[in-house]
Amino acid sequence: MNLRRDVFQAIADPTRRAILLLVAAQSMTAGAIAANFDTARPTVSKHLQILTECGLLEQKQNGREVYYYINAKSMKQVADFIEPFRKMWDDRFNLLETIMKNYIIKE
Amino acid sequence: MELKTKINAEDGKQELTITREFELPLALLFKAFTEPEIIEQWMGTKVLKLECKKYGSYQFETSDPKGNVVFKANGVIHEVSPNRKITRTFEMENAPFGVQLEICEFEHVTEGTSKLNMHVIYESGEKRDQVLKLPFAQGINMAHNRLQDMVSKLKQL
Repeated sequence: MNLRRDVFQAIADPTRRAILLLVAAQSMTAGAIAANFDTARPTVSKHLQILTECGLLEQKQNGREVYYYINAKSMKQVADFIEPFRKMWDDRFNLLETIMKNYIIKE
Repeated sequence: MELKTKINAEDGKQELTITREFELPLALLFKAFTEPEIIEQWMGTKVLKLECKKYGSYQFETSDPKGNVVFKANGVIHEVSPNRKITRTFEMENAPFGVQLEICEFEHVTEGTSKLNMHVIYESGEKRDQVLKLPFAQGINMAHNRLQDMVSKLKQL
C-alpha cells in the first residue's frame, strides 16, 4: 500500500476526523477508540496508523496499554495551512526588495 | 510585528489575492517583474524565455544541484502597462493544478515605497486549495523523508 502521508489527505476522511475529535477530548487506547465506531477493528487500526504516520496522533505506552493522543503542534499547522504559501511569497518578495535596493544605490 | 505579505483566500472561492508593500520606488518594483535576470534571482528559477509584452510568453525552469529539472512553468502575457499592470497566465508543467490567471497591479505609495496587488484566479476552488497546500505538503514530505533517512541509518547500525 503506497499512501502518501499527507495531513490533508489524512483529515479528508470522515472517520479519521471523528477519531481526531474523540482523541482531542482525552487520550484513548485503540480499543476504546474502535468501540465508538461500527467499522471493523482492523479498519480503525489502519486509520490510527495513518494519523500517527502523518504526525497528527502520537502514541504513548502506559503499562501494557498504548494510548493515542493529539499532537497539538501538527493540528495547528493544519489550521494555518495558508501560512507556508504566504511565507513562500514573503521570502521571495523580501529577496526582491533586497536585490532592487542595490539598484537604488547603483543608479 | 505586522506581516508584510498578506494573502486573502476566502473559503470556497477560486481566487486569492497577494498584497505587499515594498520599500522601493514604483519603477524599481515594476522592473523586478520584467527583467529576466532579476526574476531569476528572486524567484530562484532559470528564465528560459520572457517576452514582456502583449502576445508575449515566458518559460521558467528550475534544476536541482545534480542538474535534474524539478520545476517547469510557462504562460502567456496579455497586458503590460509600464509601472501599472501586468496580466498573464501561469501554468506549472507536469502538475495537476491547471492554468491560473494572474493580474498584477503596481501602485505608487510614496517616493520610496510602492505596492503590489496580485489577483490570482484558478480553474476551480479545489485547484486553488491544492496550490495553497503545495508548499505545506512539500514541507511535510521533506520532513518525512528526513525521518525515513534517519530510521534507515539506525537500522543499519
